[in-house]
Amino acid sequence: MTMPIPNSYRRGPDDHGHFGQFGGRFVAETLMPLILDLEKAYAAAKADPAYQREMDGYLAHYVGRPSPLYFAERLTEYLGGAKIYFKREELNHTGSHKVNNVLGQIMLARRMGKKRIIAETGAGQHGVATATLCARFGLDCVVYMGAVDVARQAPNVFRMEMLGARVVPVQSGTRTLKDAMNEALRDWVTNVADTFYCIGTVAGPHPYPMMVRDFQSVIGAETRIQLEEVEGRLPDSLVACIGGGSNAIGLFHPFLDDPSVEIFGVEAAGHGLANLHAASLAGGRPGVLHGNRTYLLMDADGQIQDAHSISAGLDYPGIGPEHAWLRDAGRVTYLSATDEEALAAFQLLSRLEGIIPALEPAHAIAKVLELAPKRPKDHLMVVNISGRGDKDIPQVADILRSRA
Amino acid sequence: MTTRIDARFAELKRQNRAAFVTFVMCGDPDLDTSLEILKALPGAGADVIEIGMPFTDPMADGPAIQAAGLRALKAGTTLAKTLGVVKRFRATDDVTPVVLMGYYNPIYVYGVDRFLVDARAAGVDGLIIVDLPPEEDDELCIPALNAGLNFIRLATPTTDDKRLPAVLANTSGFVYYVSITGITGSAAADSAAVGGAVARIKRHTGLPVCVGFGIRTPEAAAAIAGHADGVVVGSALVDALRASLDPQDHATAKTVTAVADLAAALAAGVRAGRGR
Repeated sequence: MTMPIPNSYRRGPDDHGHFGQFGGRFVAETLMPLILDLEKAYAAAKADPAYQREMDGYLAHYVGRPSPLYFAERLTEYLGGAKIYFKREELNHTGSHKVNNVLGQIMLARRMGKKRIIAETGAGQHGVATATLCARFGLDCVVYMGAVDVARQAPNVFRMEMLGARVVPVQSGTRTLKDAMNEALRDWVTNVADTFYCIGTVAGPHPYPMMVRDFQSVIGAETRIQLEEVEGRLPDSLVACIGGGSNAIGLFHPFLDDPSVEIFGVEAAGHGLANLHAASLAGGRPGVLHGNRTYLLMDADGQIQDAHSISAGLDYPGIGPEHAWLRDAGRVTYLSATDEEALAAFQLLSRLEGIIPALEPAHAIAKVLELAPKRPKDHLMVVNISGRGDKDIPQVADILRSRA
Repeated sequence: MTTRIDARFAELKRQNRAAFVTFVMCGDPDLDTSLEILKALPGAGADVIEIGMPFTDPMADGPAIQAAGLRALKAGTTLAKTLGVVKRFRATDDVTPVVLMGYYNPIYVYGVDRFLVDARAAGVDGLIIVDLPPEEDDELCIPALNAGLNFIRLATPTTDDKRLPAVLANTSGFVYYVSITGITGSAAADSAAVGGAVARIKRHTGLPVCVGFGIRTPEAAAAIAGHADGVVVGSALVDALRASLDPQDHATAKTVTAVADLAAALAAGVRAGRGR
C-alpha cells in the first residue's frame, strides 16, 4: 500500500490522536476519562497566552533557555566534511532536554489542581527533571525506575532523592524502562483523583505524544533562529538519537516541511541488530503497547521482547508513534548505532570538544562520524546533544577499566 | 442472536441467583494443568469462565496475575495454544460460557479477522480486552460483534453518567463493573458503594452487571452477590493456584483441587448472597 504524500508533515495527529495508523488511545477504561480531561485542559492552556508567558519566563530564567547553538570546530576539522553545529540541550538546568517537557506538564498539572506527580524514568534524566520541578512548585513526586536502571544510573537516583522525590525500584518484568512505565500506569489507575502522570517521552496515549512534542519543539524553533543568525540559512541536515524520541522530534518538527533539510534519527543497536538491541524501527513491527500503536520489538505471538542498550535512556522496545509514521512516510531516515560505536563517540567527543555527552546523544555522534565526512564543507549539520554525561561516568569507567 | 452467555444469564435470572464468574490464566502453570482446572470449574459452581490470555506487559494487573502471566509464558503459552485449550474444554462442556480476557497486542499481531474466526471455531463466547476503550471500537469490538462474539466492556468508578452511554453502546453479554480504581487483586470492594454503582449502570442498560476486582472470600462474594448479577473472582484463585506449586513453579497433585476447592467455597458464598 502506498501512503499518500501529505502536503504537510506537521499537522498530525488527528482528533483521535492518530498519526496515520499509529498513535491512538489504547488504555483501560479507568484512565480514559482522565485522558480526555487532560486533552481538554491542554487545549485550553494552549489557547491561553498567560500559560505560554508563564512558561517562557521559567524557560528563560529557570531552565536557562535558549540553549546555545555551538559550532563544533574541532570535530568538524577532524571529520573534514560537513560543518557541524551542536544544539546544547545538555546545558539546560538538570542536564538534558527533558526539562522542557516537564516544565510544560507541571504548569498544566498546576492549572488542573493536581498535587501529586508520578513519572517513569530510564536513565533518570526525566526523573531528575520531574523531581526538580516538583521541588520548585512544592508537589509530591514519585518516580518509577526499573531496578536494573536504579543500579546502573546511581548518581541520578541520589539526585532525585536529594530533590525530595521518592524513587520506587520496579522489580516486575525485565526491570527496565517499559516496566517502570507499566508500574506508573498502575499507580495512575489506582490514584486517579489527585495524580498527574508526567510522561517523559513522545509515547503513551493521545494527547501525550502531541503534547510532549509541542513542549520539545522549542529545540528546533530556537535552532532555526540561531542558525539563521550565524549562517543566514536553514541547516542541510539534522541528527538526533531516539529512544522514545522526544529530543529528536523536538529538533525535527519545526523543519519537517522544509524539503531541503535531510533528517536522521539514530536508534540504539545495542549488541548489533542481529543480537539484543533497542532499535524498534529497524527490528520491530507495528503493535500496541502503553496506550499507542507503534513499532515494537516483539516475538511472533505479540509478546514484548527485552530491549538492550548500553544507554538506559534508549533501552525501550517501542518508539513514539509520530516517528513510526515519519519513517513509513519516508520523511525521516532512521539509522542505528551499537553500544561500541556509542562508547567510542562518547570518548572522542570528550577529548575533541571538551564536552562529555550522555550515552544517548553519543549514539547520534556515532552516526555523525559516518555522515559528516561524506558531505561537502558548506553542508550545515545540526546535532542535538540532548544530555550531559555526568550520570554515565561511573558506568563508562567500569566498562573501560574492565578492558584495561 | 443468543450466545451461551445470554442463555446462562437468562437461566440464572429464572433461578434468582447471581452468577459466579471465575478467572484463571491459560497455561498457568502449564497448558494441561490449566485445562484440568477449567474442566473442574463448572462442577465447583462456576457459571461463567474467564480465561486469561497471558501478556508480558499487563498494565492493569496486580502482582498475582502478572506472575501468573509470566508463568504461563514461560510454559510456552501462545494465543494459538490458548485457543487450543478452549477447544479441548469445549469437547467436554458445551454449555458453560467462556470469555477470553487480556490485552490487545497478541490479538492484533495474530490478526483480528483470523483470530475471530479461530476463537469462534474454538468455542469462545466473548472477549474482555482491557486496553480497548470505546474510542477504539473499530479495532476489535465491532468486528467481534459482527462475528457473533460478545464484547464485554469494563465500567469503572471513573465512568460517569455522561460517559456510560458511550461505554455501553457496543457492549453485549454483560457489563463488567470494576469495583475499585486500581489494579486487579488490590483493595477490597465496599459492597454498599458497589450496590449504588450497579444501580447507576442499570439505569442505562438492561444487560447483566457483574462486579469484580478486590473480591477474595466467600463472605465478600456473598455481600456483592446481593447487589449484582454476577461476582468475578480472579486473583484469589490465582493465589490459591500459586500456593499449590512446587518451588520450581510446577504443578503438584494438589494444584487442580486447590483451585476447585476455593471456587466451590466462593460459589457457595455467591449462592448464599441472595438468600439473606
